[in-house]
Amino acid sequence: MRVSVRVFARLRDIVGAAELEREAPAGASVRHLWDDLVADFPDAGDYAGSLSAAVNTEYAKMDTELHDGDEVAFLPPVSGGERVAALRIGRCSTN
Amino acid sequence: MSIARLAVTTERLDLDALIGAVSPAAEADAEGTGAIASFLGLVREHNLGRRVVKLEYEAYEPLAVRAFERIADEIAERWPAAQVAVHHRVGVLAVGEASVAITAASPHRADAFAACRYLIERIKQIAPIWKREFFDGGDVWIEGATADPDDAAAREDAYRRACV
Repeated sequence: MRVSVRVFARLRDIVGAAELEREAPAGASVRHLWDDLVADFPDAGDYAGSLSAAVNTEYAKMDTELHDGDEVAFLPPVSGGERVAALRIGRCSTN
Repeated sequence: MSIARLAVTTERLDLDALIGAVSPAAEADAEGTGAIASFLGLVREHNLGRRVVKLEYEAYEPLAVRAFERIADEIAERWPAAQVAVHHRVGVLAVGEASVAITAASPHRADAFAACRYLIERIKQIAPIWKREFFDGGDVWIEGATADPDDAAAREDAYRRACV
């Protein structure tokens, strides 16, 4: 089957294109497609532990099964989102 | 003319338009509105000791709008009377330009401020938006959190930031 792949930010720089068409065997998962991409672009492997993925513009897990014609997006970590260091418990006031 | 409440845009941000989008005049069921909080995120000149020349924002637009919708739904759960709007800019922005504009309307100010803060915190966690910083001497993609909308701890973190 054929799927389109979109990559963003530094991952796009590594791949050298924003969008590419890839062949995948029937029943392949998002992870299969990712591993295949890393084989061609080894630097993309930096994102193995921090990647998010989407299928047809919905966030998806790496074990999501793909279908012919799907659009798969691989997303490096987004720009914000550092966590608060210390947990504080509080409640909102309603007035 | 009404504008989209949730959008990614290459256009200069218009906070007045976003205030209009959550105002009672624009929203038949918002007659009980007593407060609108707003937030503008700007391109800062200094970051981690570097002098920033410009920022380039990139988004996966359809997923970004879905992330905004998801966050608006979360806000509707926590603050049922709140109405929110957000526009995020993409493209090359100069120092001092606004990259994100948010408005939150509510019957009372506490919920308006909380919903506004929650929205920006969640955007930074789960919206597929990246920025490349161009500084004196080079450029770098800023990478923070792995975007996982189902991460309950991240959601609680945003709630704590909004409410304490």
